[in-house]
Amino acid sequence: MAFGPYFLLASLEGLVTAAVLSLMALGLSLVFGVMRVVNVAHGEFYMLGAVVAWWVASLLGGHPAIGFLLALVISPLVVAAIAFVAERLVLSRLHYEPEATIVATIGLLYIIQQLALTFYGPEARPVQAPFNYRISLPWFGYSAYKLSVIGFSVLMMLATWLLLTRTKIGLIMRATQFDRETAQAFGIPVGRVYAGVFALGAALAAVAAVLIVPIQQAHYLMGLDPLLLSFIVVIIGGLGSLRGTVVAAVLIGLSDGIISMFFSPTLAKMLATLLVALVLVFRPQGLFGTAAR
Amino acid sequence: MSEDRILKLDRRNGLSRRTTLKGLGAAAGLIAAPGFVRYGQAQSSAPIKIGFQCHRTGIGAAYGRWYERVTAAAAKRINDAGGINGRPLEIVIEDDGTDPKRGAEVVEKFANQHKVDLVYGTLFSHVVVGSAPAAGELKIPYYVVSEGYHVASGKLNRYCVQPGITDVKAQVRSVAPWIAGNLGKKVTLVYPDYAFGHDHRDFFEPAIKAQGGEVVAKVPIPPTETSFTRYFPQIPSDTDVIYHVMVGPAVLTFVKELGEFFGSGGPQLFGFIDSLEAVDIKSPGLEFLEGSHFWEGMPRYAQPDQPDYVTAYREAVGIDENGASTGDAKDISTAAHMFGCWETLNIIKASMEACGYRGPEDRAAMIEATEAMTEMEAGPDHPQGKKLFNGKTHQVFGEQSISQVSDGKLKVVHRTSIEDGSYEPEADYTTMSF
Repeated sequence: MAFGPYFLLASLEGLVTAAVLSLMALGLSLVFGVMRVVNVAHGEFYMLGAVVAWWVASLLGGHPAIGFLLALVISPLVVAAIAFVAERLVLSRLHYEPEATIVATIGLLYIIQQLALTFYGPEARPVQAPFNYRISLPWFGYSAYKLSVIGFSVLMMLATWLLLTRTKIGLIMRATQFDRETAQAFGIPVGRVYAGVFALGAALAAVAAVLIVPIQQAHYLMGLDPLLLSFIVVIIGGLGSLRGTVVAAVLIGLSDGIISMFFSPTLAKMLATLLVALVLVFRPQGLFGTAAR
Repeated sequence: MSEDRILKLDRRNGLSRRTTLKGLGAAAGLIAAPGFVRYGQAQSSAPIKIGFQCHRTGIGAAYGRWYERVTAAAAKRINDAGGINGRPLEIVIEDDGTDPKRGAEVVEKFANQHKVDLVYGTLFSHVVVGSAPAAGELKIPYYVVSEGYHVASGKLNRYCVQPGITDVKAQVRSVAPWIAGNLGKKVTLVYPDYAFGHDHRDFFEPAIKAQGGEVVAKVPIPPTETSFTRYFPQIPSDTDVIYHVMVGPAVLTFVKELGEFFGSGGPQLFGFIDSLEAVDIKSPGLEFLEGSHFWEGMPRYAQPDQPDYVTAYREAVGIDENGASTGDAKDISTAAHMFGCWETLNIIKASMEACGYRGPEDRAAMIEATEAMTEMEAGPDHPQGKKLFNGKTHQVFGEQSISQVSDGKLKVVHRTSIEDGSYEPEADYTTMSF
């Protein structure tokens, strides 16, 4: 294959990775930004999103698009509800102490993963894409669904941005993020805001999973790789910065796509890790983050 | 601090003469109890115990589930026909978790606790390689159903035998002439980047060269990969055939992305059914496989011309005409491999009867009786087909099926001969001591 089409395919693959990654990392970044909680169980919310999507789609017959669209609504809601309960039962009782919450979310990770293994099983199960259209280019074919993933992800990011900057809920969240105690003094129910943010973060991961599950399959171990990549994205972009998360996700997604095609997937991961190390040494707050106050 | 620790140690060692004597007495009493001398003198009527090392959990669980069902069916058939040398057959199952370390422990448990006559039934090659040394040390026969090349390679020991299923080297060699003659001579290999994939890479290249073909590219894929489109540009445009042996949870993605990439105008596909054992060919995303070809050890779908003994075998192990469980149409069998359990148990019976097996003292004689076997005729004992056993390499060679996917089912289009796959012996276990 000539260089041009090869590069085009690599970029497309990279953009799909970036689209899914930015949604997932945004959830992680939001939870850290507002709550200062490092959510290690974030990958398992992603996995749960995929498993619930499979469950919804397999319960419904008819056209695959119906099952998929319903999964796109139900799955994030179910996952958000689970996250909400987990936040109320576990994280709030620990008073959001950084060390305790890390250990608690590691525990959550294993509990969710093993429950999925017990009740869903070790098999990888597919969900049918809402439409199966193949775009034929002169050099290779590409799935139209993959392109729509990029589009939908952009829409979701815009919606989240509007929510954070143009609504009252967003204002309350930003106020809580800016200064928890002052927010509380002004009558903002910080506990409920925290629970809401944790649920929103998990829902974003679930949306990412529903989008990816027609491309890959739902599997109980699928949360690990995206979790590591999300951490990389969030560290590079700056914890709590929406703009940084998007830029870093596109950077990591594209470089992963292009480097792993022209060289090797291992090299792509090595470079991403090296970038994290460099960012931590020279700009610990991340590319777009603001220094901790 | 350190004094404290010494004090504690002293206290822990406080074992008096009285308690020691009490313990010894109790132990002696237990040994002398009547239950422990069962079968001491009743060798001839006691059951023959076979330890079944089963992948009940771990990555081999789907295979293990079916190996267990076939083993139960084969043991029932042998017992209904009067057992072995008039003694009933008893299968003792231990789960090895598809883990080599656990596998070796299971072999020891069989030998020392269950006191079985032999160990049998392992599939995954890393578990076989991990367990074989334990079988050799404990001098217990180890009849595997693994299709791995490790037995024939001579790297194991005289107690390890694979008499019921052809090894991967012979399988790969036997399909090469058909691929070169029917699909094309320029082949690209796509394989998982670890031992199982490397076997295919190493054995297929010389085999296709011998047919005047060539391997134009090799695409190794890391076993943890979940997305494959990025590897497809490595497939040269002049490729006639893509030979794929992907395994694991991502295999559906692999096929789907291959379909998206090539559309209807791509190269021919030839795969090993190992990728799709226990997976429904009609799963969404697998439509692209329509028209492509697969190796099968034994056909999954009932074939119109199958002999009566195959029909009887399928009925006995409980699979319907689509190769799914008769109880659950979604529970797809591992038909291409599990026949090996049925055939191996029949060979164990034949070997024991040939040497007049009485008990563990005849284990060496039993191995020698198996080594003396050569031709095995197709029939109720060998439903997969006729076979040729090589006593030197402890490996059997049989005919293989090449099937085409049509209407979402696998239809046998060619049957390879034993000669297509067999190769010069590369080891001689008979010269090793017991």
